[in-house]
Amino acid sequence: MKNTLRQVFHSSKFVVGFVIFVAILLTMFIYPLFNPGNPLEMIGVGTFARPGTYFSLYDAVKTPTETLRLANADDKRLGKQLSDEDRVAIVAWLSAVNVNVEGLDINDTEALLEQWRANYDPSVKPKGMTQAKRNYYKRLDAALKEVDAADTLIIADKNEEGQLEQQGTITKTDYVNVGQVANVKTLPLGTDNFGRDVLKELVSAAGTSIVIGLLAGLVATLIGLTLGLLSGYVGGICDDIIMFFTNIFTVIPGFVLLILISYSIGQEQRGAAVVALVIGLTSWTWTCRSVRSQVISLRNRDHVNLSKLSGHSLVRIILTDILPYIASYVVMAFILQVSSGILAEAQLSLLGLGPKTTEVPTLGLMMNWAMLYSAHTNGSWWAYFPVILTITLISFSLNLMNTGLDQVFNPTLRD
Amino acid sequence: MSDKVIRKDFSNAKSCLRGVGVTRYFHTGKITTKAVDHVDFDFHEGELVSIVGESGSGKTTLSKMLLGLLKETDGQIFFQGKPRDISSHAKLKEYWSGIQAIFQDPFSSFNTFNKIDTVLLDCINMRGGKNLPNEKKVDMMTEACSFVNLKYAELTNKYPFELSGGQMQRLMIARIFLLKPKILLADEPTSMIDACSRATILDMLLQLRDEVGMTVIFITHDIGLAYYISDSIYIMEHGKFVESGPADEVILNPKAPYTRRLISDVPKIHEPWDLSTV
Repeated sequence: MKNTLRQVFHSSKFVVGFVIFVAILLTMFIYPLFNPGNPLEMIGVGTFARPGTYFSLYDAVKTPTETLRLANADDKRLGKQLSDEDRVAIVAWLSAVNVNVEGLDINDTEALLEQWRANYDPSVKPKGMTQAKRNYYKRLDAALKEVDAADTLIIADKNEEGQLEQQGTITKTDYVNVGQVANVKTLPLGTDNFGRDVLKELVSAAGTSIVIGLLAGLVATLIGLTLGLLSGYVGGICDDIIMFFTNIFTVIPGFVLLILISYSIGQEQRGAAVVALVIGLTSWTWTCRSVRSQVISLRNRDHVNLSKLSGHSLVRIILTDILPYIASYVVMAFILQVSSGILAEAQLSLLGLGPKTTEVPTLGLMMNWAMLYSAHTNGSWWAYFPVILTITLISFSLNLMNTGLDQVFNPTLRD
Repeated sequence: MSDKVIRKDFSNAKSCLRGVGVTRYFHTGKITTKAVDHVDFDFHEGELVSIVGESGSGKTTLSKMLLGLLKETDGQIFFQGKPRDISSHAKLKEYWSGIQAIFQDPFSSFNTFNKIDTVLLDCINMRGGKNLPNEKKVDMMTEACSFVNLKYAELTNKYPFELSGGQMQRLMIARIFLLKPKILLADEPTSMIDACSRATILDMLLQLRDEVGMTVIFITHDIGLAYYISDSIYIMEHGKFVESGPADEVILNPKAPYTRRLISDVPKIHEPWDLSTV
């Protein structure tokens, strides 16, 4: 046993897979300690806030300021206000008034504004340009000039008579230290469509998905192992009956069956455990088949015959003379079942047949929500890409562990 | 081993294991292989019988049927004069307390996950010694091991794969020593072992037979060895017994051409080897 473990941990593939998987598991346990609370809490009101650090504007205004004179501050400020549309429009104007725009990068705010200031003339009427478009340019120019001109913002508050009274001003050179702002919230992966912290949700979802995978894998492996052992060792009519049902389950596409069962259970009854059970109940067939064939090759070995001659019972022979010989194989089958259980949950949830949405997040549900609220079309990559990456990493690490084990236990596969 | 084997006449001894028309067919698709095809035999108490035949002649299939590990397609086997009844597990267990086996390959005969003690303790339990005090069990195991020139103290808590092939086969004999069955079925017990250990193991088998007084069914492809140790010989070809009888008669006056071929195939020193029959 000790020797086997040492051998297993000498396989680089297994070790890499193991490290990735353990890292994911550790994150699942450690992250909630630093960021406790309900992962489904809606902290944002809008949908899909970008990843980044958010600090309270109210608190920032009340925070003592320092004066910093930074070069390019004005251009940066203007740059943030210029949308991509405006930039394209500026280039369009420049080319309409015969300015050479070749080599002009629309993301280079400084160069773009320099050209604009030099060449914009509201009185010029480029050929073919509508009045509405020319008015748009006028507004754009006015907005840019306003940003340039406005030097201070006035902070006002209502006094006792209900009239605004100036409390203070903010100039362009006023800065506050983020560390001194009372309320700062970093959302490394932004928020999702319901305004929930994606990272917190993701960590919790990965945990749920792994539990679902483990449960589904356990159910599938237990059923497959028991039936495979019985059918392979006992043989005869027992084998025929078990193989009859196995073949039926193999012929019906497992995923269709999974969809039908999930659908008929209904949204209300579908907790995470029920979904895991349904996945386990539909995916045991190949474990059963492969265990059966392994057992058939074992049952006529001399050590089994010797055990029979020693008067051992059927159960004892199966448990002591057959099971230990296929244990390594069963462990590998279990790992694959866990991996496919996680994927099956993701697929089911993506179709809206996953666990009910109000209790726990799962990786599949997160993708389902992202899809329903068109995260993929409005560019909110943070709502689905980290989820896909997590699923990939989990199943990659499990499969890598499986390949590593396979190479340890099947010396012919070693390279 | 004694220089001269004294053969006794067993033709009037009590029947121990008798078979009438014992048959086993294997079906693979539409092809039927007749592994054992209507054989009759009669083994007597205390006799050493050899079943000789080339590979694939059905020796091992027959031995599995004799052991009750394989159901016969047709025919009947009589154990101690009565039809053999192995319909339930309890009856099988009862039957196996009377018939035991030593297999060909010692390396695959033991469960590699069980310790040697487990193998020997199983035998004591099977003989009804489950409730014996521990010291008594250890004494019995020590005795069995010393019978086959093994030291129990060195074997305890070891796994079978830590032993050499010869040691493992001797452990198998120690197992038989503990079980003391009426019939021992030895399926080529020496074919996987080097020549030096072979003589030791045969010697132990013969000694055990004298001590316990059991019938030994010796299955081999080596007709020279069979002649050397047996009282009677059955020659098997393609699932049928082509010749049988007392060893001297079969070997010295072979009637079937197959027997003659087998005898001529025995390699002889100081003589050119006739390969024409191969």
